Amino acid sequence: MAVSKQTLAEIQAVAARYPSKQSAIIPALWAVQHEQGYVTDAAMREIAQALGLPPSLIEATASFYSMFLTKPEGRHDVVICVNAPCMLRGADEMKDYLERALGVRDGQTTPDGAVTWHSTIECLGACGGAPMMQVDHRFEENLTPERIDVIIDRLRKQPAAPLAPRHPLPGSPLKGEGEAHAKTAEPAKKPAGPRGRRSQA
Amino acid sequence: MAIKRVLTKDFATENLEQLSVYERTGGYSGYKKALEMQPDELVELVKKSGLRGRGGAGFPTGNKWSFLPKGVYPRYLVCNADESEPGCFKDRYLIEESPHQVLEGILIASYAIGCNLAFIYIRGEYLPQHEALETAIQEARQAGYLGKNVLDKGYDIEVILHRGAGAYICGEETALLTSLEGYRGEPRLKPPFPAIKGLYGKPTVVNNVETVANLPHIVNNGADWFTAMGTPTGRGTRVWCMSGHVNRPGNYELENGTPIRELIEEHGGGVWKNRKLKAFQPGGASMMVLLPEHLDVGLDFDAIAKAGSLAGAGAMVVMDETTCMVDAARRYVKFFHHESCGKCTPCREGTFWMANLFDAFEAGAAKASDIDLLLDIGYNIDGRSFCPLGDASTWFPRSVIKFFRDEFLEHLSEKGCPFKKTVQEAVA
Ligand SMILES: Cc1cc2nc3c(=O)[nH]c(=O)nc-3n(C[C@H](O)[C@H](O)[C@H](O)COP(=O)(O)O)c2cc1C
Ligand code: SF4
Ligand code: FES
Repeated sequence: MAVSKQTLAEIQAVAARYPSKQSAIIPALWAVQHEQGYVTDAAMREIAQALGLPPSLIEATASFYSMFLTKPEGRHDVVICVNAPCMLRGADEMKDYLERALGVRDGQTTPDGAVTWHSTIECLGACGGAPMMQVDHRFEENLTPERIDVIIDRLRKQPAAPLAPRHPLPGSPLKGEGEAHAKTAEPAKKPAGPRGRRSQA
Repeated sequence: MAIKRVLTKDFATENLEQLSVYERTGGYSGYKKALEMQPDELVELVKKSGLRGRGGAGFPTGNKWSFLPKGVYPRYLVCNADESEPGCFKDRYLIEESPHQVLEGILIASYAIGCNLAFIYIRGEYLPQHEALETAIQEARQAGYLGKNVLDKGYDIEVILHRGAGAYICGEETALLTSLEGYRGEPRLKPPFPAIKGLYGKPTVVNNVETVANLPHIVNNGADWFTAMGTPTGRGTRVWCMSGHVNRPGNYELENGTPIRELIEEHGGGVWKNRKLKAFQPGGASMMVLLPEHLDVGLDFDAIAKAGSLAGAGAMVVMDETTCMVDAARRYVKFFHHESCGKCTPCREGTFWMANLFDAFEAGAAKASDIDLLLDIGYNIDGRSFCPLGDASTWFPRSVIKFFRDEFLEHLSEKGCPFKKTVQEAVA
């Protein structure tokens, strides 16, 4: 699936703001992931072309960061933290409950394509509200089995959430609003494979 | 000494994230005042205030600014909002509650160091916080606080909000700059320090979110007001992120030097479930464990260092008597292994071996000699790594072996974790 003209134009507009266009690689990867749900090799070549940089550079950067996905995932993204501060307040129990409630293992997608979940050892910055998880990058804190049930129920019914803020750039002709907002990836029919090395707990 | 609200003073105000409300609480008056001053005067003021960086290392902010080589432009300011140290969630709180306070601090710092393009590097996971800052930047631009010729003072400043993508190491300032340049986030050799050769090879100041949030208040109230708070080597307040086994976890802004006991017992409501305190850990995942006998130590860089730990980024993880210290250390070690950037061998391989050994202890597969093997690996990482991530990966586990060796022995004799009825599978 080709990257939309709008996104490519946006990437070039972002690049123009930085003293070096290479600084736009991560913003570009975000823009593509935002549009397509994940970042393919073909998309990286398009980014390279838009920025006038070698594709190897885009790939080298993309593979370092755990949040860039290389495969389609469910409509919603659920991440539960199991680092020590969360462990102290029952994160393991909540993780086990989440796994049972979703019926698929860590790193996988529910058969209806609604949710991809994984546990993480990366502190997500909500230890004061532990046990916690992030749902489409928004914090859900002080989890209980009942709250997890409510959240999952909601996600099964909800369409995908827009994943990145879209403010028009200063001085850019783009107003950046519109159809590119929704994650357009088809719900994964088969469970998505393991994610990049850095996202595994 | 007690709760002292400086940064969090107006956090109860409804809609503080909106520019008009922030201005009503006195917002941007510090920036306006700063623009009336000479940049050098501002640097002197911040030096005099004794403000030390809140990102972890505690380096005096004014001194850092004055290291910029004279006459070399452009210069950059980078606000470090990558907050990923396990146990820390203060920068998130400061951004959520008052994004304009952070932005005002960035504008003051930029003006003081003569920078016309500033960056905020925010961790990828902080999406709503990203939105809050982006909105604040838009509002400030409309109000003429940033852009060309701000407030008719002839000063140009632009701020770029840059979103990271999941890498703890990018909080380390040189890795952050590498990442901001578009590369894999690997640290660089110091020296040259960022002040001399930073972003795009230009003089650069990296300051933490909480550090810059102090600036509007210092400009408004003066250095003497600031030095009247805290301790001689730790002026002002800090926002402490309390988590773990307390009744009221959360963020607490306290005057530096306030006893740890007050934070945990009074503000945190004490250890939960009427249990006894076993240990606590200031600073975040990197820092050494302390014991109940250290409760009267003051919350202050130097006092905590004297007690054998470090104040780091202002976390306070509280552990009650039911905590398995081996498992706590295991999680942190797994974290560091996961986050090791792979650039240098002691950290990349050492954290891997430590993680394996900790898994073996939890699974009941460890040998008696593995305790000393852990220490040995620790000695071989600490001081031999390229950046502080490697060194710090060994501090908590080594301090746990020092104070809780008996728990390791119990894991051996019980063939697994004595704190859990069933040995749970490894974290993942
Ligand atoms: C592994 C590692 C991670 C760090 N993470 C952060 C961070 O998330 N936020 C931060 O402000 N400083 C972090 N630091 C400290 C920065 O390198 C730097 O000292 C700090 O941002 C300087 O700002 P300050 O002087 O205002 O404290 C980290 C350091 C290391 C070694
Ligand atoms: S100590 Fe670890 S994080 Fe730092 S450079 Fe070496 S491998 Fe990378
Ligand atoms: S340790 Fe889980 S959010 Fe911080």
